[in-house]
Amino acid sequence: MHYSIAPMHIPDGFLSVFVSILMWIASILVVSYALRRVKADLDERQAPLMGVLAAAIFAGQMLNFVVAGGTSGHLMGAAIATILLGPWAATLVMTTVVGVQALIFQDGGLLALGANIFNMAVIGVTVAYFTYQTVQRLAGGKRWGIFVGGFLAAWLSIEIAALATGLELALSGTSPANIAIPAMGGIHAIIGIGEGLITVGALALIYATRPDLLHASEGPQKTEKLAILVGLLLALLLAIASPLASARPDGLEWVAEQKGFLEAAQSPLYQIIPDYAFPGISHQAAATILAGILGTLFVFGVALLVAYTRRKRQSPGS
Amino acid sequence: MHVHFLDPYIQADSLVHRLDARPKLVLAIAFILTTALTPNGAWAVFILLLALILAVELLSEIGVVYVLKRSMLAIPFVLAAFPLIFTVDGPALFSFNLGAWELTASQPGLERFVSIALKSWISVQAAIVLASTTPFPDLLVAMRAVKVPRLLVSIFALMWRYLFVLADETLRLMRARAARSGHSDSPGLKPGGSLAWRAQVTGGMAGSLFVRAIERSDRIYMAMVSRGYDGEVRAAPSPRLGATNWIILACGLAVLLLLLMFGLILTYASLH
Repeated sequence: MHYSIAPMHIPDGFLSVFVSILMWIASILVVSYALRRVKADLDERQAPLMGVLAAAIFAGQMLNFVVAGGTSGHLMGAAIATILLGPWAATLVMTTVVGVQALIFQDGGLLALGANIFNMAVIGVTVAYFTYQTVQRLAGGKRWGIFVGGFLAAWLSIEIAALATGLELALSGTSPANIAIPAMGGIHAIIGIGEGLITVGALALIYATRPDLLHASEGPQKTEKLAILVGLLLALLLAIASPLASARPDGLEWVAEQKGFLEAAQSPLYQIIPDYAFPGISHQAAATILAGILGTLFVFGVALLVAYTRRKRQSPGS
Repeated sequence: MHVHFLDPYIQADSLVHRLDARPKLVLAIAFILTTALTPNGAWAVFILLLALILAVELLSEIGVVYVLKRSMLAIPFVLAAFPLIFTVDGPALFSFNLGAWELTASQPGLERFVSIALKSWISVQAAIVLASTTPFPDLLVAMRAVKVPRLLVSIFALMWRYLFVLADETLRLMRARAARSGHSDSPGLKPGGSLAWRAQVTGGMAGSLFVRAIERSDRIYMAMVSRGYDGEVRAAPSPRLGATNWIILACGLAVLLLLLMFGLILTYASLH
């Protein structure tokens, strides 16, 4: 079995601390609101349902099919979770999936987890929900609405989440905006087709066997004006920011501003230290060499310690 | 077929294994945060951070080679930062022609690229050590201790409990498909049907996986209710942290803070 890594999960080191913390705050806000909504809307059978469905989405990501040559398409699951559970529960399910991927499989970083949750659990689910709802309404309850809506929801959720990932990388100064955003968008426009096809296949089977499950997300839950507004704003922000960011090859002025802001924020910290650095490390090369020696000694010391404790543990037995 | 290999936990009785999951989680996140906050180009600090995590790997007895192999997972993503070498302004290192483009590598660009790659590599090692030395139920206790909402923690717990069951289920579905020649992993063999057909088959498998999962969750819910579940997942209060754990936590955080200061001083010194 191979566990394929989608290039959507940002590892640690690729986002600036500023962007990471901003995304953590945004994710925490949305997830805690989703928790409140799920508790209020749904009965207590939700915990097992969400847990098992999260496990199914995780396991379902192992399902793949040959596209061409060595490449294969596989499932991410934000759209299908949204269609089966409705937006709030789906947000929690995707948060759990992304969280376990980071904590256990290092698929995505821990500091970057806030951003990854936001991209897949918040943006992915929001986009899938509004797309599916809109197509459903246009179809007026006809069968094709489920499939067309499912395909579009899956494709768009991947695509928009990928654009958001590219935007975050660009804002962090990790990848030039005019490369990151088109590259992420381009790759995922193709990956999204696989996602869309699998989602439609899954919906077709569920429609044939348990059609009642497909009405869960429509039922008594009414779309609120607030949610629609937030979704619209989000889409607008992305739609404006992405091309704007990619149109500026010299990196966003925004980043420069933000960098200046960060340096300004850090400057009091620097001033604690007197104007001259510590004696002996005034030269950076000297400090690097010193660090190398210290580090080696440190690792060597720990290795000795491990060897020593092992010998001590073995000696009583022998 | 059982998919225990999904669980990255490695049984051992090392100092790192014995450390309580709560300080371990906090220290891992603090380590990654320190790495992220270290200014680009502070090589001395990167070396010390690497030495620190290598030392912890040695202490944990899970095998340095294992961690290093696993840490290669994040490598493909480094490509995303690669263009920085050519797009950041600064003193030119070298330049070459690629078709119609002339690419010029700059020193600050290269520095930033190498820094990002190093940060990523060092951080992922900390995450690997955390996952390999801490059983997941202990991580759940740690999550509760750092105030992750209860409902979310119980979703995590239920997901972990059934992940292996559903992964087995998925493997059975895939074996059935392979037995019917719908899929082949060997490159020489042409997979059956058209692309849309293959996608539809896989979609059907995903659909039946979800239907089975939802039906299973109904049965699980019934079983929970019959054992007194009322919507609230209760857990025994987590044991108090011993003095040793507190001391290790404090020392670890102090060392990380020192390293961070060292990095800031270095950068400050090189600017003036």
